[in-house]
Amino acid sequence: MLDTLILSRIQFAANISFHILFPTITIALGWLLFYFKVRFDLSQHPVWMRAYRFWVKVFALTFALGVVSGITMSFQFGTNWPGFMESIGNIAGPLLAYEILTAFFLEATMLGIMLFGFHKVPRWAHTLATFLVALGTTFSAFWILVLNSWMQTPAGFEMIDGVAHATDWFAIIFNPSFPYRFTHMLLASGLTVCFLVAGISAYRILKGDNKKAPKLTLRTALLSAAILAPTQVLVGDFHGLNTLEHQPQKIAAMEGIWHTERGAPLVLFAIPDEETQQNRFAIEVPKLASLILTHDADGELKGLNEFAGEHPPVAPVFYSFRVMVGIGMLMLLMAWWTSYRLLRKKELAPLQLKILIGMTFSGWVATLAGWYVTEIGRQPYLVYGVLKTRDAVTTVPGEHVAMTLVMYLLLYAVLLLAYVKTLFWLANRAVEVEEYDLTRPGLVETRAEPGNDLSKGVRTGATI
Amino acid sequence: MSWLTADNLALIFGGLTALSILLYAILDGYDLGVGITLPMANEPWRDTAIASIGPFWDANETWLVLAVGLLLVAFPAAHSAILHALYLPAALLLLGLILRGVAFDFRAKVKNNRKTRWDYTFKAGSILATFSQGFMLGIYVMGLEYNTGSIIFACFSGLCVTAAFAMIGNAWLIGKTSGELQLHAIKHCKIAGVLTLAGILAVSAINPLVNANALQVWTEPPLAYLFAAIPLLCFAMFVIGYLVLKRLPLPGDAGAWLPFTICNIIFICSFLGLALSFYPFVVPNQLTLYEAASSRESLLIIFFGAVVVIPVIIGYTALAYYAFRGKADGLKYY
Ligand code: HDD
Ligand code: HEM
Ligand code: HEM
Repeated sequence: MLDTLILSRIQFAANISFHILFPTITIALGWLLFYFKVRFDLSQHPVWMRAYRFWVKVFALTFALGVVSGITMSFQFGTNWPGFMESIGNIAGPLLAYEILTAFFLEATMLGIMLFGFHKVPRWAHTLATFLVALGTTFSAFWILVLNSWMQTPAGFEMIDGVAHATDWFAIIFNPSFPYRFTHMLLASGLTVCFLVAGISAYRILKGDNKKAPKLTLRTALLSAAILAPTQVLVGDFHGLNTLEHQPQKIAAMEGIWHTERGAPLVLFAIPDEETQQNRFAIEVPKLASLILTHDADGELKGLNEFAGEHPPVAPVFYSFRVMVGIGMLMLLMAWWTSYRLLRKKELAPLQLKILIGMTFSGWVATLAGWYVTEIGRQPYLVYGVLKTRDAVTTVPGEHVAMTLVMYLLLYAVLLLAYVKTLFWLANRAVEVEEYDLTRPGLVETRAEPGNDLSKGVRTGATI
Repeated sequence: MSWLTADNLALIFGGLTALSILLYAILDGYDLGVGITLPMANEPWRDTAIASIGPFWDANETWLVLAVGLLLVAFPAAHSAILHALYLPAALLLLGLILRGVAFDFRAKVKNNRKTRWDYTFKAGSILATFSQGFMLGIYVMGLEYNTGSIIFACFSGLCVTAAFAMIGNAWLIGKTSGELQLHAIKHCKIAGVLTLAGILAVSAINPLVNANALQVWTEPPLAYLFAAIPLLCFAMFVIGYLVLKRLPLPGDAGAWLPFTICNIIFICSFLGLALSFYPFVVPNQLTLYEAASSRESLLIIFFGAVVVIPVIIGYTALAYYAFRGKADGLKYY
């Protein structure tokens, strides 16, 4: 029988993994919607409204899933990790409180206006509500990442009798890993949305949707990705350097460096073996890891041997890191290849469309992999160097945790399936909607009739 | 600010936590209530009923996050003890809230033949979430202990809260709808009101028996005379509410918001009654507000934030309600 600790860890990991899927989309999609809305307000061209109306549906659905899974998260600290708040509550508490006060109410209230208020409030107010929703999700990411980064690289506090007391809030909020983690996460969100939008738009185009809106969204997504992808690689590199400074054993696990060495090779692939402390079947580039991390081909990298008993499990961190970086490189490649073709020929090849459809959810995979590197790489600590995971766990009986865990897993599987199916069903239905459907938002969209002028893409310039 | 002593801060945060629980009960109460009595026989009615809570439910639910959050940050020891004891019902509450929240959005997006399925999910989720809340309340009143007696009481409390939410939900619908659906809501509001009254009477009778603190609060003069006003007001509201419901609907839709107003007063009275029974304890008979509070420095940081931000939240919430004033009949999805 598994014990409460391991079950609670699995449950927490399952809940946060499910939760993060949706914020990753809503954070950047909120800004994208704001962009569509502003373009529409400025040009009055209905194509922007079409783009807005399709993606706002996806946004609403994603937001709902994000909210309900987030509520589960806020209960988790108390139900499964009472020791967490008991020892660092004085730091985590205010951060969580500020997140609720400045972010959650803002996004939840403005969402009502954004979704239902199109003809209830003046146009500028609707655009403002869209902006505030995006701002709210970003604030929320800000606060929760402050907390998470502080757990990775704690600063600005002192321990008195096993309880953390804040001494410097500025140091707590802008703790050493926060700027990197926040930027990296926002870019991750951006890339996830770019590939989601590109994938769904490509799907619509392949299904024979000749309207302007999917082409426009495809173009917007890919050109943005072409800029975001290399930025992410760069930021990821800085992030790694920062981690090397503060959590060297995490880097050692990521890179699969078992023994301290000079001129460490970059391990492209291997099977790390915890027993023999070696990498089997390694494919390596000599000296590259030292070059990347120390900017010196013969630089010294600390190995796992220096942290006996204090380092994370190697294999999950090692593999997850390769999945994330692999997808990052693939994104870069695809974004540049498709953008190049879009700029030259205005249209993508069917093969490119198909690959894009395959990559619709690649951002999710990379984001999860990235978080696994971060979080598993922090083990055995919950708060690095301060609190061990096992010291924070609840005393609820293992069977209870097992029951709720099974419940969550089943529920999440069903919801995830329903979510993905609904996205593609929305895309299918959008194929049939008229090019410039002139009904007001809030009313049922009209279906295109064959031979109808509007469905051929006449520019109407009408206001919707 | 020398008056912000650790004890005063504990009291302020106790008050804030209580306020957000009360606001949650009223606000999410009405939208869960709409779900509980969702008319499964009539699809257009369902559309209107759900549209009437569409712009609000998410923000309403946030008061729960704030309540749990305040408990977590201001009274960590109490938060652990309470959620530890309520581990399983809390999981069911979350399950209910998840089902309700997602059904809301899925119903509007999926193929037509699947819509009814999500409507059932919506209703089941609302009922499950409400019942679990009542159950949790019941166990809390019984001192966070599980035995046959307390479980029976908790189940009964679950039914009472379900009735109370159904009552306020239908009162909301009376204000937000017209015609046949409004008549339907008036009828259900009456039935739920009678059940709620029975429940409140039973809980008021049992609580002082199991809870020494409560007995003392309600019987010890001189304050007991003052406190007696609360149940009296509450029961008066039930009588007035019944008389109002019997006369509705009136021409020109006069008085359509009266039932909702009355329900609000009933909720406030019942909540005050409960809160007074437990003060100064956060964990019944075990842990007081003052013992459970976190460090003064942390509470101060949150306090200053809250003083600035809560008025802003109330401001834009009022704006949102103003923007969506009037009947919900015409309100459709984006
Ligand atoms: C990087 C972003 C991020 C991360 C790491 C988390 N969240 Fe989250 N959360 C959001 C970004 C977000 C968001 C973008 O603000 C959401 C998601 C979708 C949404 O609608 O709002 C949200 C919603 C959301 C809600 C519902 C808010 C509402 O009612 O509007 C709660 C209670 C939480 N989250 C709590 C948590 C907790 C306790 C977390 C960590 C342990 C957590 N979230 C991690
Ligand atoms: C958002 C994306 C996140 C993902 C995908 C994620 C993933 C994970 C995973 C996989 C674990 C289990 C590690 C293990 O036990 O080996 C974990 C643990 C944990 N994480 Fe995160 N995490 C995320 C964000 C956060 C945030 C924002 C916080 C807090 C503010 C947080 C706090 C914790 C805590 C308290 C644990 C439990 C202790 C543990 O099991 O190690 N996580 N997370
Ligand atoms: C290809 C180049 C990339 C590099 C070099 C890189 C580097 C890193 C590093 C070193 C970490 C761990 C930091 C730590 O825990 O201290 C990390 C975490 C993470 N990565 Fe990446 N990454 C890359 C691409 C991506 C992509 C494409 C995504 C998603 C679309 C992504 C999403 C994440 C996330 C969500 C985390 C966890 C949160 C955080 O610590 O920022 N990464 N990345």
